[in-house]
Amino acid sequence: MKCFSRYLPYIFRPPNTILSSSCHTEANVLPSGLLPSGQNKLGPWCSPTGSPAPLSCETGCGEGSWILVCRLLVPTQVSLLSMEEDIDTRKINNSFLRDHSYATEADIISTVEFNHTGELLATGDKGGRVVIFQREQESKNQIHRRGEYNVYSTFQSHEPEFDYLKSLEIEEKINKIRWLPQQNAAYFLLSTNDKTVKLWKVSERDKRPEGYNLKDEEGRLRDPATITTLRVPVLRPMDLMVEATPRRVFANAHTYHINSISVNSDYETYMSADDLRINLWNFEITNQSFNIVDIKPANMEELTEVITAAEFHPHHCNTFVYSSSKGTIRLCDMRASALCDRHTKFFEEPEDPSNRSFFSEIISSISDVKFSHSGRYIMTRDYLTVKVWDLNMENRPIETYQVHDYLRSKLCSLYENDCIFDKFECVWNGSDSVIMTGSYNNFFRMFDRNTKRDVTLEASRENSKPRAILKPRKVCVGGKRRKDEISVDSLDFSKKILHTAWHPSENIIAVAATNNLYIFQDKVN
Amino acid sequence: MLSKGLKRKREEEEEKESLAVDALWLDPGHAAVAQAPPTAASSSLFDLSVIKLHHSLQQSEPDLRHLVLVVNTLRRIQASMAPAAALPPVPSPPAAPSMADNLLASSDAALSASMASLLEDLSHIEGLSQAPQPLADEGPPGRSIGGVAPSLGALDLLGPATGCLLDDGLEGLFEDIDTSMYDNELWAPASEGLKPGPEDGPGKEEAPELDEAELDYLMDVLVGTQALERPPGPGR
Repeated sequence: MKCFSRYLPYIFRPPNTILSSSCHTEANVLPSGLLPSGQNKLGPWCSPTGSPAPLSCETGCGEGSWILVCRLLVPTQVSLLSMEEDIDTRKINNSFLRDHSYATEADIISTVEFNHTGELLATGDKGGRVVIFQREQESKNQIHRRGEYNVYSTFQSHEPEFDYLKSLEIEEKINKIRWLPQQNAAYFLLSTNDKTVKLWKVSERDKRPEGYNLKDEEGRLRDPATITTLRVPVLRPMDLMVEATPRRVFANAHTYHINSISVNSDYETYMSADDLRINLWNFEITNQSFNIVDIKPANMEELTEVITAAEFHPHHCNTFVYSSSKGTIRLCDMRASALCDRHTKFFEEPEDPSNRSFFSEIISSISDVKFSHSGRYIMTRDYLTVKVWDLNMENRPIETYQVHDYLRSKLCSLYENDCIFDKFECVWNGSDSVIMTGSYNNFFRMFDRNTKRDVTLEASRENSKPRAILKPRKVCVGGKRRKDEISVDSLDFSKKILHTAWHPSENIIAVAATNNLYIFQDKVN
Repeated sequence: MLSKGLKRKREEEEEKESLAVDALWLDPGHAAVAQAPPTAASSSLFDLSVIKLHHSLQQSEPDLRHLVLVVNTLRRIQASMAPAAALPPVPSPPAAPSMADNLLASSDAALSASMASLLEDLSHIEGLSQAPQPLADEGPPGRSIGGVAPSLGALDLLGPATGCLLDDGLEGLFEDIDTSMYDNELWAPASEGLKPGPEDGPGKEEAPELDEAELDYLMDVLVGTQALERPPGPGR
């Protein structure tokens, strides 16, 4: 079947666009080993062929143990760094990060994302910065250092802005980062705040040209009259420099706050979703976007539902899902109509009458939706549970996992202190056999879908030494509390794990706890 | 960075109320509590939700998800409280949307709209008759009550970004509303006031007096400072 996305450029292409004659859906038809001439192995239309590399450890979460690889702090401003020379500098990973307790609000990590190979890990924070970590290369001498991540690049992605028309301050907090698959030596990622999406190119420079004719070594222009001979500049090696440049800025398309971005499997388009609308963009065109979902009522007084998350299908470039504050998921097919206001599938679980309360709607509000790598399932996170849905069954999820059901009796207090509105994310592992999500008290939970076993782990400084094995945690609900258990009332609700990420092919996870980034690895690795 | 931690007055009272409500929720017998919530619990939840809503609207660009969820929760609470307060059924369905109406009219609408609608909503809960409602419905809520037009108009001009200027006034407003809600003896004769009761002398006299009293009360509250001069009391 032809992929329709090839026609999108007709809508808003510049006159000199060259349209590829092939498409990623056609690429699968080619016999292996035969590639169309003139194209890279992974051409612009082709999604990566083959399945993800087999997991280095197939035992899932129950049997394996998790160890802390490193704890990273996003680099603070230079002034703070110089102030803390005397503070204990536990250099876990040989980088210039310092251990400090002066966590500013700007350092709070707001998003974490591995790239498609897992070599890079990007974080965004409330201060609008993006920090990219790179995996330590394997080396025979330092085998134990494999799996560690070091700072690769830091840049200021978004600055605070002021909307003069509405007298509103636009936060620079990075809401989401999404990587593009690598097509050449450079890395590309999308980062977004509430209003503006930016495409960043991160590239290395390790050579520099020397021997210009018109400029001298310091860069000053020479008087052409003094030049008597010509020479060819040569490239000489230099210290590795990683530079990030903004290649596209997609602005002024969202009235409301952007909550999601998702790169399409055609790698030519992506979508951005705010509370009421979803827009489709072409990477090459920044001054136009295509509105594909609009749930804004004609009369704002009738507003009862907002969009909370959206994602493209990993393989079908015409399909995407979006979730709502009422606990529903809609799957849309862009081939059906230009404006996808009528869904193709509607996923909703009927309310359990025995659990009804005033807070039923709030706790059913979906905070994150993720397709499985296979594309057959979607996972949703609401306040108390994680649910796995089969795309072919709309009336109820196939699996429901309780994240912290002991909070069900505390909903009123959590409503009062606004914790009930916290938006937790959820992630799949590379083989879709384990799912992970965060909780309070710096706890995070993993559920093995095959063995039905689950584990609660903690990301904290006190309990983790490098390479120490994480001890499973347990929350005591009532009655007698055992030695290692924590009672519900002792939970620290200010320590919440909202953002986690799982390496695409290995059992390496990244967990963000305020301004700390923890990297854990399966012990078997 | 918009801070969430606005210090509220009556914090301890809120905590006590919420703890009390927690105890109720913890009771397994109350699992299906939506059917018959204790009135005290729902009204404290209602207060809490109103405060949250107000706080959300006070921000220059409210979080739409938070706003919608709080409004929907308020509707649920209101719906469950409606039968208990013996409201006339007619205003009840339009009451729910009309509350959200003005609240969500636009995020950048003047606070006057939200205030008027909050008061309108509270007046429904108190079981007051429909007298204030037609007033509130006339034209834009900000201008509905004639005597107060100038001050609300001033609020209009101030716009949403100047929440700080309105802080004191609004805090005062809530103080007024809250105390009178519990102290106001209009609670007791609510059923009396609604019944036609032609033979009942005092009832008959009270019915028009009720309207006048509540009009006065609303006017006082909206004007703000004048409310302090006229103590709310039974013998008007």
